[in-house]
Amino acid sequence: MNLRRLRAMARKEAIHIRRDPRSLGLAIGIPMLMLILFGYALTVDVDHVPLVVWDQSGTTQSREFVAQFTASRYFDFRGAASDYAGLVRAIDERTALLALVIPPDFAGRLDAGRPAEVAAIIDGSDANTAAIVLGYAQAVAGVFNQRVALAQSLRATGRAAAPPLDLRPRVWFNEELESRNFIIPGLIAVIMGLIAALLTSLTVAREWEHGTMEQLISTPVKPAEVIVGKLIPYFVVGMVDVLIAVLMAVFLFHVPLRGSVTLLFATAALFLVGTLAQGILISVLARGQLLASQIAMVSTFLPAFLLSGFMFAIVNMPVPVQVITYIVPARYFVAIVKGIYLRGVGLTVLWPDVIFLAVFAALVLALAVTQLKKRLD
Amino acid sequence: MRSEPASSAEIVVEVHDLVKRFGTFTAVAGISFAVRRGEIFGFLGPNGAGKSTTIRMLCGLLAPTSGSGRVAGFDIVRETEQIKTRIGYMSQKFSLYDELTVEENIDFYSGIYRLPRAKKSERKEWVLTMAGLRDHRRTRTGVLSGGWKQRLALGCAVLHEPSILFLDEPTSGVDPNSRRRFWDLIYELSGRGVTVFVTTHYMEESEYCDRLGVVYRGELIALGTPRDLKTLHMQEAVLDLECDRPGDARELIERLPEIREAALFGRGVHAVARAADPAPALAAIRAGLAAAGFKLVRLERITPTLEDVFVSLIESRDRADAPQQEVAR
Repeated sequence: MNLRRLRAMARKEAIHIRRDPRSLGLAIGIPMLMLILFGYALTVDVDHVPLVVWDQSGTTQSREFVAQFTASRYFDFRGAASDYAGLVRAIDERTALLALVIPPDFAGRLDAGRPAEVAAIIDGSDANTAAIVLGYAQAVAGVFNQRVALAQSLRATGRAAAPPLDLRPRVWFNEELESRNFIIPGLIAVIMGLIAALLTSLTVAREWEHGTMEQLISTPVKPAEVIVGKLIPYFVVGMVDVLIAVLMAVFLFHVPLRGSVTLLFATAALFLVGTLAQGILISVLARGQLLASQIAMVSTFLPAFLLSGFMFAIVNMPVPVQVITYIVPARYFVAIVKGIYLRGVGLTVLWPDVIFLAVFAALVLALAVTQLKKRLD
Repeated sequence: MRSEPASSAEIVVEVHDLVKRFGTFTAVAGISFAVRRGEIFGFLGPNGAGKSTTIRMLCGLLAPTSGSGRVAGFDIVRETEQIKTRIGYMSQKFSLYDELTVEENIDFYSGIYRLPRAKKSERKEWVLTMAGLRDHRRTRTGVLSGGWKQRLALGCAVLHEPSILFLDEPTSGVDPNSRRRFWDLIYELSGRGVTVFVTTHYMEESEYCDRLGVVYRGELIALGTPRDLKTLHMQEAVLDLECDRPGDARELIERLPEIREAALFGRGVHAVARAADPAPALAAIRAGLAAAGFKLVRLERITPTLEDVFVSLIESRDRADAPQQEVAR
């Protein structure tokens, strides 16, 4: 590879980017827009679950039980129903996700030391949310159970009996269990992958369409010089995108950045080279701008969104799909970004992912170089 | 047909039985010729005759289906990269970067050709002067007129001072004034010893070439200097006549048994006799026109123009091909 030719190529490509402020604006604006849209919209947090209650007991005990729910930030009391039909209506109209039916003998049974039955009706159309709501309801009931048991033993024996098991959970890395903390770092990886491939997918195809490639390949320029020269200015644009995304994550979304910033940018650079090269490879093979950009979109965004583990845990996928995820570069970068952001881990843990990114970048780059033929047929 | 150059000057481009097929379509059907150093060699033919395909094979941009060739001493199949350092190529379509300024295009190509730093600015000034673009160096190339674009493209193609220059229809779509100016540049380059291989479908342009190959349907149907072509390839007498209602006259003349073909030419008619001796044809035309009441202003034998030769060559080729095509069907 000759440095003068490389520089000529990179300079020319940089001029193209500068002369096309609209594309440059999109290259910078789209990641910001996507980060804001997805950052705010993509949340799997479940709180303020609307709740209706049909309290047939109407006693101090039953009101105490309901208060356990409404006092937490997870449930919002949306009203009392006076009959079963009222409950059904509330669930049907989605004004409530959870309905509690407290039987008339609730207080009586509790006082007699016998178990009272409370029906909890959950709207299960969103299975994930329903499972979480069910978990919350069981937790609240558990706390209530303990309090009642404690009061009863106090009355019976004069001293408080310790419950047989006391689970003390400690949540690591994402202490508040904010889904945003888990989504934003992965989102950076997904957006980078898409933008990088889109940026470069047009470059070679455009030269074929405009006929400038015919002139270029009649010179002694080498394919590697064309590919790498085109890649350099887009790499700079991509790194600016990374910087903006990292800053937005920290200052706008308050995602904790616990690991090494240097490692974050170094791995981002590696990931960028791989996806930029993927875009160029697509551009080389497609020879048309429209086709190239569509392939770039589908081949980066979909796997990055669905198969990278950015939102959907890979371990829960069917085994064949899990196997496919191993060839999705975003999978490794998502793991790295989440690792650095939330867990604050370094190379000692992330090295396999880093190695894969390096191999992917080298492989795709080499493929793009060999596929760029200096011939018209 | 003379296919060998007469003098013993160094041969810098030569091809033997060059064939290029795209699927079932044969674009170039076995062409052989040689070009000497410093020559302006023209490739004349209608659109689709295989001119661009040939030039692209010579520049190493297309691999021939069969046949062989050498450019600047290098094989056109195996040594294309060596060829590319020694040639300049200007493709049919303008192919510099519209978004770049004149200067940026020149800088880009001088970087690609790795011009030494000292040489770089000298060559840049030379190109700007040659193309008449000194006052437009910071103008975006896309807004330049056709003539300027084409001179800039030529400049970028010769930045590295190649010994052979390939020009694919360089003057198509350019006004006659610019075309004339472009040819002055070609002469200048040729004067410095650059070999120029140029394709064209303009007759008057082909007159400027030292030697000319006429291509038609992928075949080289004639080769020689413009003068050779006019005398050697056109043995029949060519007659030029001027009369009233030339369109009707042409039809009448073409039906005469002494005449092979007749075509409108300027305000008159050019007729090709069936023999080298013009006398029977002259007499027949005079008699025929007089009988039909045409007013004949002038009738004389002339040296054929290249257009006469070209039309005659193509028509005789079509006549020769016709029976074969019947059989092929």
